[in-house]
Amino acid sequence: MYEIVSSVRRDYIADLAREGKRIDTRTMDQFREVSVEVGPIKSAQGSALVKVGKTQVVAGIKVEHAEPFPDKPDNGMLVVNAELLPLASPTFEPGRPSENAIELARVVDRGIRESNAIDLDKLVIKSGEDVWAVFIDIYVLDHDGNLIDASALAAIAALLNAKPPEDEAWTLPEFPIQKRPVAVTVAKINSKLMIDPCLDEEGVMDARITIATIEDGSICAVQKGGIGCFSREELEQAYEMARAEGAELRAKLG
Amino acid sequence: MKKPEKLIENGKRLDGRVPDEMRPLKIEAGILERADGSAYVELGANKVLAAVYGPREMHPRHRQQPDTAVLRCRYNMAPFSVDERKRPGPDRRSVEISKVTREALESVLFLELYPRSVIDVFIEVLQADAGTRTAGINAASVALADAGVPMRDMVSSIAVGKIDDTIVLDLTKDEDQWGTTDMPIAMVPRKKLVTLLQMDGHFTKEEFGQALGLAFKACEQIYGIQRQALREKYAIKQEK
Repeated sequence: MYEIVSSVRRDYIADLAREGKRIDTRTMDQFREVSVEVGPIKSAQGSALVKVGKTQVVAGIKVEHAEPFPDKPDNGMLVVNAELLPLASPTFEPGRPSENAIELARVVDRGIRESNAIDLDKLVIKSGEDVWAVFIDIYVLDHDGNLIDASALAAIAALLNAKPPEDEAWTLPEFPIQKRPVAVTVAKINSKLMIDPCLDEEGVMDARITIATIEDGSICAVQKGGIGCFSREELEQAYEMARAEGAELRAKLG
Repeated sequence: MKKPEKLIENGKRLDGRVPDEMRPLKIEAGILERADGSAYVELGANKVLAAVYGPREMHPRHRQQPDTAVLRCRYNMAPFSVDERKRPGPDRRSVEISKVTREALESVLFLELYPRSVIDVFIEVLQADAGTRTAGINAASVALADAGVPMRDMVSSIAVGKIDDTIVLDLTKDEDQWGTTDMPIAMVPRKKLVTLLQMDGHFTKEEFGQALGLAFKACEQIYGIQRQALREKYAIKQEK
C-alpha cells in the first residue's frame, strides 16, 4: 500500500524529521485539512465522503435482514469491508482483497465494534432467527496517505448519518449510535513521531501506530504496523497525540 | 459456557491464577526433521508449531528482491483447533495475523545478507485457547534461531487485557470472551522495543500504562524460556 520514494526524497524527509519538520511544511502534530461531507450517496442508508488532504474515502451503510451468528442470537451484526479501488492509486490492482485492504477493514471494524458505537443489542428482530446486519463498505477513491484515519472517520460519520431502513420490521425511533470512536495514526520516521503521515511519509516511515479513542479519551483499539519498533515512552507520546487530535476530529462529526 | 458472574474471585481467576500470572509456557526447539528450523510451544492449552524454511530461492521469481531477502509468514489454524470446526484456508483474521507477525519478526532479522532469497515462516495452531498469535511469534522466533538465521535478538510476545476491571496477564479464551480488553504485544527484549501492538476493548490512560508494564515484565520471563529451549538443544551435554 505504501509506495516507493526516491532515495533523495527519502533522505530529505528523514533529515527534516530529525529537525522536527515535514515535507509539506506541517508541524509534527498537525493533521492535514479534513472535510466530512455526510449523505452524498442517496442509495445508501448512510454515507460520508471524507477528505484528508488529497486522500478521499467514501463510506456507505446498508442495513439488511440477516440470520444471527449461532453464538450471538441476540445481537445485530456488523460487517466492515474495505476496497482499495484500482482508480485510487497506480499500485492498487483489481482482484481479491489484498492484505492491506483486509487490515484496513479490520482496524476500522475494531474501533467501531469495541467501543460499542452501534448498540447491536437493539438490532434484533427475532432472537436467534432474524437480526439487522449493518454493512459498512469503505471505498477508497484517492490514496494520498493515511487511509486508516480517513476510513474510520468516514465510517463513523456515515453511521451517524444513517437513516433507519424502510421496513416494517424496524421498530426503533432512530439508528442506535451511542459512541463516536475516532482513529488517529502516528508515524515514526528517524526516531521522530508525526501525526497523519502523507503518502511520501508512509513510504519512508519505520513504523506506524493507530490509536482509536472515544469521547472520554480512553482507548478502544490499537494497531501497530510496519517493521520498526516503538519504545514505551514513544507509545505514551503517541497516545497523547492521538487523544488530542481525536477530540479535534470528533468535533468535525457535528 | 455461560458468562460466569465473576471472572476474578478472591484475587483468583477462573483457572486459579493471580492477575499477573502467565499460564505455564513450554518451548521446545528443533522438533521437526525436514524444516531448517522449528519450535513447538505450549502456552496453557495452546499448542502451536512453527517451522522455518530458508533462506532459499524465492518462487515466484518476480517476487525476488535484488538487495534483500523477503520474509514470508503464514499463520494458520487447524480445522480441529477450535470448538466449532474452522473452515480450512486463510480467512481475514489469519491474513491480518500473518501480516502483523511478519512485521513483528522482520526487524530482528539481517535480511540484507540474503538478496534474492526468501525465508518462510509457517505457524500452525493445533489447539487454540486465546493468545495463539503471541504463542506463534514466540515459536517462530525460536524456530528462526534454530534455523541459524542471523538475528539481532529474539522476539518475545504475550497478551495483556482487562477482566472485571482488573489488568491481567495472558488471557484464556473464556477471559477473552467475557473480558473487556485484549492487547497482544511483542517486543525485542534487550532493547525493550515494541514490534507488535494490537488492542481491542477499553483502556484508560492509566490502565494502558499498567498493561504495558505487565507485558514488558512477562516478555523478559518468556525471553528466558526461549533462550533455555535453544540452550537445551545446542548445549554440549556433559557425561556424568
